[in-house]
Amino acid sequence: MLGELRRGELRPVGLELIGAALALSAQGAGPVVLAAIDAEAEANAARAAVQGLIAERRPTLVLAAHQRSALDFAPALAARGGYGFARDVAAVSWEESGPRAQCGVYGEPRAELAFPGKDTVVLLLRASAFDPTSPSDAPLERVELQPATDARAERLEYRDRSPAARDAELGEADFVLAVGRGVGHEGAKGIARMQRLADRLGATLAVSGALVEAGLAPGARKVGVSGRRVAPSLYLALGISGAPAHLSGIARSHTIVAVNSDPDARIFELAHYGAVADAFAVVDELEQRLG
Amino acid sequence: MKLLVAPPDRFALEAALALRAEGDEVLAVAVGDEPVESALRHALAMGVDRAARVWDEELAGVWAEEPDAASLDELALAALLAAVARSERADLILCRAQSPALDDDVTGIALAGLLDLPHAADVFAVECHDERLTLQRRLDGGRAELLRLALPALLTIRTGSNAPRQPDLRAVKRARARSISVLGLDELGLDTNALRASAGAHVVALQERPPGRSPRPIGDSAAEIAARIVELARERIVS
Repeated sequence: MLGELRRGELRPVGLELIGAALALSAQGAGPVVLAAIDAEAEANAARAAVQGLIAERRPTLVLAAHQRSALDFAPALAARGGYGFARDVAAVSWEESGPRAQCGVYGEPRAELAFPGKDTVVLLLRASAFDPTSPSDAPLERVELQPATDARAERLEYRDRSPAARDAELGEADFVLAVGRGVGHEGAKGIARMQRLADRLGATLAVSGALVEAGLAPGARKVGVSGRRVAPSLYLALGISGAPAHLSGIARSHTIVAVNSDPDARIFELAHYGAVADAFAVVDELEQRLG
Repeated sequence: MKLLVAPPDRFALEAALALRAEGDEVLAVAVGDEPVESALRHALAMGVDRAARVWDEELAGVWAEEPDAASLDELALAALLAAVARSERADLILCRAQSPALDDDVTGIALAGLLDLPHAADVFAVECHDERLTLQRRLDGGRAELLRLALPALLTIRTGSNAPRQPDLRAVKRARARSISVLGLDELGLDTNALRASAGAHVVALQERPPGRSPRPIGDSAAEIAARIVELARERIVS
């Protein structure tokens, strides 16, 4: 199981991985090895390092977190090695016939997967889907992976946060105002207007994938599985229909309020409060109320 | 340099066309039956040199647009594309990093693994000088990384990271007249058994979408709705 270190400390999701691994071990999957690797290791080098450990230890399962850092190389690792592979895994069990995983299809965990003929299966586990366990609570072998630089992929430097600073904002925001095609069609002017509204509401502005695709907003503002997952206490979606990737990005919000003129919009399946109305009209009213 | 864009995602296409230099060739490839030709014609109208699609009657039973019904997953798709990349001897492959429906780049990265190419995922800026790529890509946590890759290589291009060129009407008309080659499994040296073996997983069961919850209504008129929203904003639990 691949635990990622950030500045030497195991990332929180690593504790969930440990929990999952121990549970599987108890079901008969075998002993657990915690392979620690720098969360920012260069992807090509990381792949080779993990590949080396797999060749040496021949594990039945390789668990990592479904996040950018593991996604960067796990599919390459699995494809090249001929291993089994699944991502966005919300549940795993160890059966006599081998591992079974439940993974997300467009967000909700709906597909049950088996891996016939695969001696090693790589699974990327969804964050917050498994119970964390402290490594000190269990007997675990720990291996430190030191990826050797791949000569073909040279990291030159890190670049600072600036446009990406917004990424972090979204992930930590407590109140998110998300706008979609329903209010975004005024173009850049419309986005600026939404930013003003967000400021007055005390919310952080986010956009749907549709607006990014249309070139109306930068990707850093996008909510979705790898755009940004958010978990605010209040998520206000105006004019957002609820594309599957978007929904999976907002599912952990405490309260979701949606306004859309289409009563069949999928966002309503997830919303706690809703209104079938013209989002633009609601924006007008909000502006009047808030000044 | 030969650049391969698969599937014909607009942002990946734009990145390829921006990189194309004198003497380079850009090829757009999609997997699917006739319906995928419209995306390929758009790619031709944008300016790619050639377009092709992979299709075979044998795929009809195991291929579907949505992953729901398909028994072939992203790794199997990567195996198909790997066969195309090998026969074309592509120097640079560009895939998408995100899409409206599926929000990750498993196919592209798996493809890099199959071809043993150095790769970079979620790239938002790239240049090519002297057979080397200098690119910027996202890391978890918001930082960006400046990376230099040797060719041949594979990139997954971040959605929204560039402004895909809009073809004019003439280009669209010209594209309609272009031919799109169809590559079958035989030509690629594959069969459905090989594809099944290359899949990462098999779908044993697929649940129906669970019935969605019904949201509590918060008003009929825009004024009522706005009032309720302001209330909720004030009441919200600050964790």
